[in-house]
Amino acid sequence: MTEALDAIDRAILNRYQGDFPICSRPYQEAAQTLGISEEELIKRLQRMLENRQLSRFGPMYHAERLGGGLSLCAMRIPEAQFDKVADQVNAFPEVAHNYARDHRFNMWFVLATETPERIDSVLQEIEQQTGFPVYNMPKKKEFFIGLKFEV
Amino acid sequence: MVLNDQDYQLIAEIQGGLPLCSHPYAEIGQRIGLDEATVIERIQAMVDSGVIKRLGIVVRHHELGYTANAMVVWDVPDQRLDEVGEKLGSLDCITLCYQRPRRLPDWPYNLFCMIHGQERGKVLGYIDQLVSSQGLDDIPHKVLFSGRRFKQRGARYQ
Repeated sequence: MTEALDAIDRAILNRYQGDFPICSRPYQEAAQTLGISEEELIKRLQRMLENRQLSRFGPMYHAERLGGGLSLCAMRIPEAQFDKVADQVNAFPEVAHNYARDHRFNMWFVLATETPERIDSVLQEIEQQTGFPVYNMPKKKEFFIGLKFEV
Repeated sequence: MVLNDQDYQLIAEIQGGLPLCSHPYAEIGQRIGLDEATVIERIQAMVDSGVIKRLGIVVRHHELGYTANAMVVWDVPDQRLDEVGEKLGSLDCITLCYQRPRRLPDWPYNLFCMIHGQERGKVLGYIDQLVSSQGLDDIPHKVLFSGRRFKQRGARYQ
């Protein structure tokens, strides 16, 4: 970790992973519930963004409701070719994130496309470029989860 | 809700993040030629209708010390899927729980959940514990820890 979080940082993180106010001065309203000033809240968010402890501060969209496509995909890549294939896959702007995992299926990435139809064509392009099959595992059902990631 | 062109413009404008200033919605409005009240009204409508799932902080688990990121996959008999999915989803440590298609014969697992922890040992201990406490001993599962992370960004919309 780049820099330790103090109690106020944690309170901000635990309170505002959702439900950020939508009003004229939202930082002021949020700061009030946290017992700090608007200016301090803004400064702390800025610092945590710069330290890359936060990925973003803003909306998380529901891709399907925006009319886009979203899917989790997996590949089995021999170790010796892994880095090369990872570069090829990551070069696609539709690849939102990509993790190596310790399994025969060792590459897992999320595809986010502007239309649902585009998922299949990107998959085909990835298969053609890399020479390996892509296993497409789109979400069929989402089970309810509490919102927060507590720090 | 039905999204209009203006909404898509707004969606694109704030996807990278809200401005960090005292009147962020007015600031966004200025950039795309809308007044503050309209920006507030449209963003509220998107939250209410679920187009925006959440508005606020998106954390980077890894940078916050949660380096043991486990994807736990289960091969659940179809008739038990809802029961098991709801059980797992209700547990505090589980941050996502989805049904996904099996890819037979290579991939038999149809329920995926994510657990973020600070150490692998603890995460594995937690999984053992939940298997026995939730009566999941007869459901085959696998734990896939993440290794290197190559890319993390939100989806982009235009």
